[in-house]
Amino acid sequence: MRLKTYIVLSYITLAACKPTTGSHTALLQDTGSWPASFHIGRRATLAEINALDIDIRPDGKGLPPGQGNALSGQTIYTAKCAACHGTGTAAMNVQLPGPALMNDSAGANRKKLRTIGNYWPYATTIFDYIRRSMPYNAPGTLTPDEVYSITAYLLYANRIIDQQTMMNAASLPAVEMPAKKLFIADDRQGGPEIR
Amino acid sequence: MNKRKISRRTLLGGAATAAVMLFKSSYGRMIQTAIPESLYTDDPTKVVGPPPGAVGARSPFEHPVKKASDTSSRTPLQDLYGTITPADLHYERHHAGVPVIDPHKYELLIHGMVDKPMVFTLADLKRFPSVSRTCFLECSGNFRSNKETLTPQEICGLTSQSEWTGVMLTTLFREVGVQPRASWFLAEGGDAAVMTRSVPVRKAWDDAMIVYAQNGEAIRPEQGYPARLLLPGWEGNTNVKWLRRLELSDQPFMTREETSRYTYPVKDRIRQFSFEMDARSIITFPAFPQQVEKGWIEIRGIAWSGWGKIAQVEVSTNAGKTWQPARLQEPVLDKAHTAFRYLWQWNGETTEILSRATDETGYTQPTIQQLLNARGADMGGYHLNPVTAWVIQRDGKVLFRPEKWK
Repeated sequence: MRLKTYIVLSYITLAACKPTTGSHTALLQDTGSWPASFHIGRRATLAEINALDIDIRPDGKGLPPGQGNALSGQTIYTAKCAACHGTGTAAMNVQLPGPALMNDSAGANRKKLRTIGNYWPYATTIFDYIRRSMPYNAPGTLTPDEVYSITAYLLYANRIIDQQTMMNAASLPAVEMPAKKLFIADDRQGGPEIR
Repeated sequence: MNKRKISRRTLLGGAATAAVMLFKSSYGRMIQTAIPESLYTDDPTKVVGPPPGAVGARSPFEHPVKKASDTSSRTPLQDLYGTITPADLHYERHHAGVPVIDPHKYELLIHGMVDKPMVFTLADLKRFPSVSRTCFLECSGNFRSNKETLTPQEICGLTSQSEWTGVMLTTLFREVGVQPRASWFLAEGGDAAVMTRSVPVRKAWDDAMIVYAQNGEAIRPEQGYPARLLLPGWEGNTNVKWLRRLELSDQPFMTREETSRYTYPVKDRIRQFSFEMDARSIITFPAFPQQVEKGWIEIRGIAWSGWGKIAQVEVSTNAGKTWQPARLQEPVLDKAHTAFRYLWQWNGETTEILSRATDETGYTQPTIQQLLNARGADMGGYHLNPVTAWVIQRDGKVLFRPEKWK
């Protein structure tokens, strides 16, 4: 996916700027007299960082050891996910607490039902989101193997991988999602044009 | 308090003491609460009122309330005056409820592509040079239009405005030494969703803040107590509440809330990282379910833009045939709700009244048709800011004019 490239100025340059006229309401502080450091706060230890640093990037950075496939994932999904998200591949007549997660074919009509198969651009997002916030009534309780397994099952149920394929730190980031090609960065930029 | 209570009994006695509502709080202190409407007398000049109290309360005659669903709670825009939203009426949107966070245990970790990964306590954050800023916060899924009987609160009540106080994010980035190659940062909340969004570092250099106060007091739990990210003008979800961690990176993290949510179809593609809230306005009076009388009416409303200041608001009282400039309440602030007013003499005939905002970038609030032309029929529900109309019927009843496009 193409992302905007932003010009990153060094903070030293900006910190030296005086408040300017224009749209910003005198927010930039005159930092000319500031010390290099206020010596407020403390250095974080590696243990502290590791305890909180649970995010997974699309390139797989952050994925823990462990693995699982759709076979083991289906059992866990049925026990811990299906009550809210359902087990079918079509929208059901009953209102479930959680959204449907699967579609009967990868890249199926997303106007009818948005699911992992036709709308999610990165497989790593599935792992990251399940691990941090699911199950809704017991967030953060799944083991890495369980998360890999459920992720594998959801990819399988959306016809993206087969039932035996093991998901782990090496294989998960390599999964190419059908919807990835659809995503574009925002092209609005202010000004008269309606976008 | 106990002393005061006794002294009031001594001084007033009888009926007057019945109006002083003192009760024991959960902390065992005597506190004063609002006096029930039923206890008011016909002649308040003949009854001495309650003494000064510890915490004020609304008049018992006023009942502004948020309108809550399972996932959000909307500000009663039609009940407000001026531009500041009382903190207890600020809209709510959260993804796993409101966490209870002990301010003494609160810590903010900043790490990743920095020279010095650091931890700041709430007391630390408050020691840094501080800044106050008044701006709006708006959820990017903030438009409903399915029926005539909608109030401003129901149409677009997921926008609110506060004076926020905290520390500029640049101040903290300076302290940790953000590396020049860092182009994005992850903001993570300490709620049960442990909600995350990726934010371009350019927003930090521009005007991002870590805020701990709202309208002069500590931030309310529903707004992110004890500290949240504030990205003025950007969609509400990126202003991560209950902020516990910032991680600097050279790429976005592609979290659930920036891939499968808060993105929307534009023609045959899906638009992502759509941050700024486009210019918008809403007439909050007259509005459903009010009924007006023939004669002079001051049309009132608010306008706002995530791109900068509101430059102009126009009002039409003839269903969009002609437009007149409304008066803007000074000072007009950057990325802030701006009150507008337009004096109109209604002749009693059925008509439609509309407003449209223009911001300082020259962008004028579009019609729903203009949005459809730009984005296609499958444009979804995010970042919709169309001009909306109120129908004034001959009997004075005001109804919303639904915008149908699906």
